[in-house]
Amino acid sequence: MELYVMSFVVGGLLCVCGQLLMDLTPLTPAHVLVLFVVVGAILSGFGVYQPLVDIAGAGATVPLLGFGHSLVVGTIEDVNSFGFIGIFSGALRATGTGIMAAVVFGFFMSVLFNPKGKGG
Amino acid sequence: MDKMKKQQKQQIEQEQYQKKVDSLTPKPPLLKNICWAFVVGGLICIFGQFLINYFIGLGLDKKQAATWATAVLVFLGAFFTGIGVYDELGKRAGAGSVVPITGFANSIVAPAMEFKREGYVFGVGAKMFVIAGPVLVYGMVTAFIVGLIYWIRH
Amino acid sequence: MNKKRGKQSVVFSNPPVITSTANIVGPMEGQGLLDQYFDYTMLDNLNNLDSWEQCESFMMEWAIKEAVNKENSTIDMIDCILAGDLLNQLMSTHFALKKLERPFLGVYGACSTMVESMLLGAMLVDGGFANKVASATSSHHDAAERQYRFPNELGAQRPPSAQWTVTGAGATVLSVFGHGPRITSATIGKIVDYGLKDPNSMGPAMAPAAVDTLWTHFQDTGRVPAYYDMIFTGDLGNVGKQLVIQLMQQKGLDISSNYQDCGCMIYREEQDAHAGASGCASSAIVFCGYIYNMLMNCKLKKVLLLGTGSLHSTTSYQQKESIPCIAHAVAVEM
Repeated sequence: MELYVMSFVVGGLLCVCGQLLMDLTPLTPAHVLVLFVVVGAILSGFGVYQPLVDIAGAGATVPLLGFGHSLVVGTIEDVNSFGFIGIFSGALRATGTGIMAAVVFGFFMSVLFNPKGKGG
Repeated sequence: MDKMKKQQKQQIEQEQYQKKVDSLTPKPPLLKNICWAFVVGGLICIFGQFLINYFIGLGLDKKQAATWATAVLVFLGAFFTGIGVYDELGKRAGAGSVVPITGFANSIVAPAMEFKREGYVFGVGAKMFVIAGPVLVYGMVTAFIVGLIYWIRH
Repeated sequence: MNKKRGKQSVVFSNPPVITSTANIVGPMEGQGLLDQYFDYTMLDNLNNLDSWEQCESFMMEWAIKEAVNKENSTIDMIDCILAGDLLNQLMSTHFALKKLERPFLGVYGACSTMVESMLLGAMLVDGGFANKVASATSSHHDAAERQYRFPNELGAQRPPSAQWTVTGAGATVLSVFGHGPRITSATIGKIVDYGLKDPNSMGPAMAPAAVDTLWTHFQDTGRVPAYYDMIFTGDLGNVGKQLVIQLMQQKGLDISSNYQDCGCMIYREEQDAHAGASGCASSAIVFCGYIYNMLMNCKLKKVLLLGTGSLHSTTSYQQKESIPCIAHAVAVEM
């Protein structure tokens, strides 16, 4: 139960940070997405993102910072297992499912549906 | 000399104008936007947590459960974009719908659907990454740099 | 006779008559404040066609044909069509006009296209180069969004300063003879750039250009703001409108009592268009409906119509350039 509360609060707060960036700076949603992935990856590199995942669960993994974190976790795991080449193999190994799902579902949705537009 | 003076005068005029514009331009309803972002973002995360717990309950380990949960959230983000609902949510929830991984799915499906009329190769295929592309590029580059630093230090 | 006046204006010796106008809009505009002044309101933004662009072409073609029908002419009586839109390479215009098979000159003035095409049309007629000229423009919200900003299903939030591109088209027929208000003079604008860069705040970017043309018009013609019953700008929106009033006051001219912006006249508050309407069709659907109606019924006798345009492109915006703007004016008198 506590995990649900923490995931709500942490997830919500991370979204609030994104909202503040979008409202108070000229950054667009695309900029915010890129920034969050990079920040997530950097925090993961410093070892401070995993503790957040431990206490907030999905509140830390669902926001896009979690994607950056996964990229780095995978990289580090592969570096530990395979050395130098792990720098190249790990990131996509860890996030492959998410990317594959996004591309595949994205493709099928675009085949099935048409944009509705906003006039009506 | 005259030209420089004219340019300086122009610059001062423009700066004064920009100030006037800023004072008249309506500001976004910050409090309302923050509340919506907090609640919607939080709810999507709770749902993500619910999915993780559900898959753990089915016997999967933590990592696998998280992977399954990610796939389900991506599917839902793509589906709701397809039926034309996700942009309605985004209008109200702002970052609450952009920041979660469902927003990443939306950023892939929206241009893919929009540019379908330009064909499947250059429309759907290429435009799918118009917004998600930078996310992948900079995510991967950052992971590379972090990995390189890690490898050097160990 | 020398028709040039002052620095940028012209006066017509045989002022062309606006013998008819026609407009067509999308559902959102049809539910707005001017719903009684539209000739046709589409049920949705596609009108059973395959793309936003085809729908926009349909609207422009319809508007031109309707304007021609209304004055009991046929399309081959039109000596020249002047038209443009917002899309790259004037896509909607070209595909609309290929079916009409009349001499055609494309114009791009962004949202000032309606006035630019009327201004040039008036020159053709007054100069004896044409007996009848059709001027038209169109814009489509979803086609413009996907070209200039984001794909339509993306969950992005619009800031309060953003304006809503109108889905619609308007056309006028200018003739040597006939019954209707006349274009008596015009002022050709020059590009004015005050260094603003935010395409989500176009009204403020265009206001200096509008003021520049307004001021020049009054200087060139010797007229004062009170000469006109109403001065209309095309699509400056709420913020841009206030800026124009203030900037004109700084120059010593008060237009606060007889000035309105077409972009502020189209949508109701509940329709959530934020700062107002924009797009080529903003000035077009208001002039070709409401304003023309007021002139024909003599509720307005002398009108100054200013089309305002933001001349940026998606490339210039991404390269962090500012937004150069322009405004053209036509004086229409009954």
